Amino acid sequence: MPDVRRTTISVLTAIELALLALALALPPFLENFWVLFITKIFILSLLAISFDLVWGYAGMMSFGQALFFGASGYVAALLSQKTGISSVFVLLPAAALAGLLLALLIAVLVILGKRTPSLAFVALGTMTGSYVIERLARGWSYVGGQNGISSLARLTVGDFEIEEGILFCYMALGVLVVIYLLCRWLVRSQFGLVLAGVRQHEGRIAFLGYNVQTFKAVIFSFAGVIAGISGALFAFHEGFVGPGQLGPVLSTQVVLYVLFGGVGTLVGAIIGVAVLELMNFLTPQVEFFGPVVKKFLETGWPILLGVLLLVTVLFRPTGLMGFVMRDRSRSPLFGKKEAAGDAASAERS
Amino acid sequence: MSLLDVRAVSKNYGTLTALSSVDMVVATREFHGLIGPNGSGKSTMLKCLAGAEIPSAGRIHLAGRDITTLSPQERSRAGLSLKFQITSIFPELAVYDNMLIALQARQSIAGLLRSSSRDVLHAKVTDSLDRFLLRDRQYDMAGELSHGQQQWLEIAMALALEPRLLLLDEPTAGMSPQERRATGKLLQPVRQQCSLLIVEHDLDFIKDICDFLTVLDQGQVVASGPVTEVQNDARVKEVYLANV
Repeated sequence: MPDVRRTTISVLTAIELALLALALALPPFLENFWVLFITKIFILSLLAISFDLVWGYAGMMSFGQALFFGASGYVAALLSQKTGISSVFVLLPAAALAGLLLALLIAVLVILGKRTPSLAFVALGTMTGSYVIERLARGWSYVGGQNGISSLARLTVGDFEIEEGILFCYMALGVLVVIYLLCRWLVRSQFGLVLAGVRQHEGRIAFLGYNVQTFKAVIFSFAGVIAGISGALFAFHEGFVGPGQLGPVLSTQVVLYVLFGGVGTLVGAIIGVAVLELMNFLTPQVEFFGPVVKKFLETGWPILLGVLLLVTVLFRPTGLMGFVMRDRSRSPLFGKKEAAGDAASAERS
Repeated sequence: MSLLDVRAVSKNYGTLTALSSVDMVVATREFHGLIGPNGSGKSTMLKCLAGAEIPSAGRIHLAGRDITTLSPQERSRAGLSLKFQITSIFPELAVYDNMLIALQARQSIAGLLRSSSRDVLHAKVTDSLDRFLLRDRQYDMAGELSHGQQQWLEIAMALALEPRLLLLDEPTAGMSPQERRATGKLLQPVRQQCSLLIVEHDLDFIKDICDFLTVLDQGQVVASGPVTEVQNDARVKEVYLANV
């Protein structure tokens, strides 16, 4: 019988390596506009990964990931403006801490209870949190109200300023790679095995003696950290943070990125961001089909996007990654590794 | 010595009384059968024991500890384990990983993140799979096993927790006669490990394997005692065992 699982994992690794090679090689050959564009993709990929951990791996539908993204952006921006600190080694950890604390707060309110909360309760709870914070930011003059906080200083490493462009692009890529590897390790650990169990049969996991809520709160808080880092990078890359970075619109956009790219695959989250952002930018400019189609696409592109996403969810719920990756390879395969280990030790003896 | 002590447990759903002041005792190392016709309250009793339902009245003690209102995970940690009526395994995980997930349930989150117990538990995983005749299927997805093998896997997972009391809800439902016989053989050594409380429709199976029986009818205990005694009880014959 062919070893299907090993083959699919190899395909996954090949995709990961190809994307990394592309991301490393491309920036020096691109015009500045496109460098800024792919930097934004790298940063939003972090946000998408944070949602993928929560939904794709722990089975919690969070409609509020932008809350941690935007709020941490605000915290880093305010810290920079009020104290003059611009060091990346202070601002990114501060944003991560803000994301962690906010996620812990939401976890206490929404996830940690005597009984496991329902899917709808978590979705509505997180969406409400996102909405409330956005309204708060819009009305609070200390954080710039509707206008947000603009003219942010550049991030620095020592005395060196990290200008938006190639340098910022590689820094964002570096952060993305480190966090991606951390998440990959996490979902393939024995902890990840429990998450796979939670996803497949939450009731059984509880009867095995696991405290499901604790596992969910841990992964939710970790996702908050990632969204926080992403939010600070986004704010300093754009030089601006505003209420739009906090609210349900961005939170929903993240859900679409991950659904389109492939839920519970990590790499699918990145692919989803890249493909949707590229389509979002390029499609309204298509002239190939004539002026009528171009005119439609300029204004009607969101309709096409909506249809495309609907088709994806209906016919390929596993997203683009579903074409190359089987559902089972999303979970750890300790048994398979043992098989390889057994074979290796048999050969040695 | 009594391991499970159920005292005057009642369960009402609105005006419907599913259980009415039920008493039941399961001793250490005892195999105890819980039987009764459909609607007699067996499943409700099991749900109350497992923590899926909280009794309206009465207390449940396990090894002297009051577990009446504990959550399922707290009950599990107190020494109670169960196999659901509907097979509850992780179909998209390898059989090996199903077993590992059960065996690692007592590990800390930090330990699980480091995957530190994986090598230590390897021997236990393979031993458990050996015992339940699943070793040669260990790298297959659990969803690919036959129905009977899935039931065995779930029993093996429930036993991995080293419980004091194992609840089995219809362990032979949907099994072939050969699988039923094999299940009986597989369960016998469990006596060295813990007590069993079995809800089962297959009376031949339950008579073969159990020492004691409790018979429920309309939410009340009709009879309770050694199998030979209970099956000759006139009232039991009337309500349930007429054809045995």
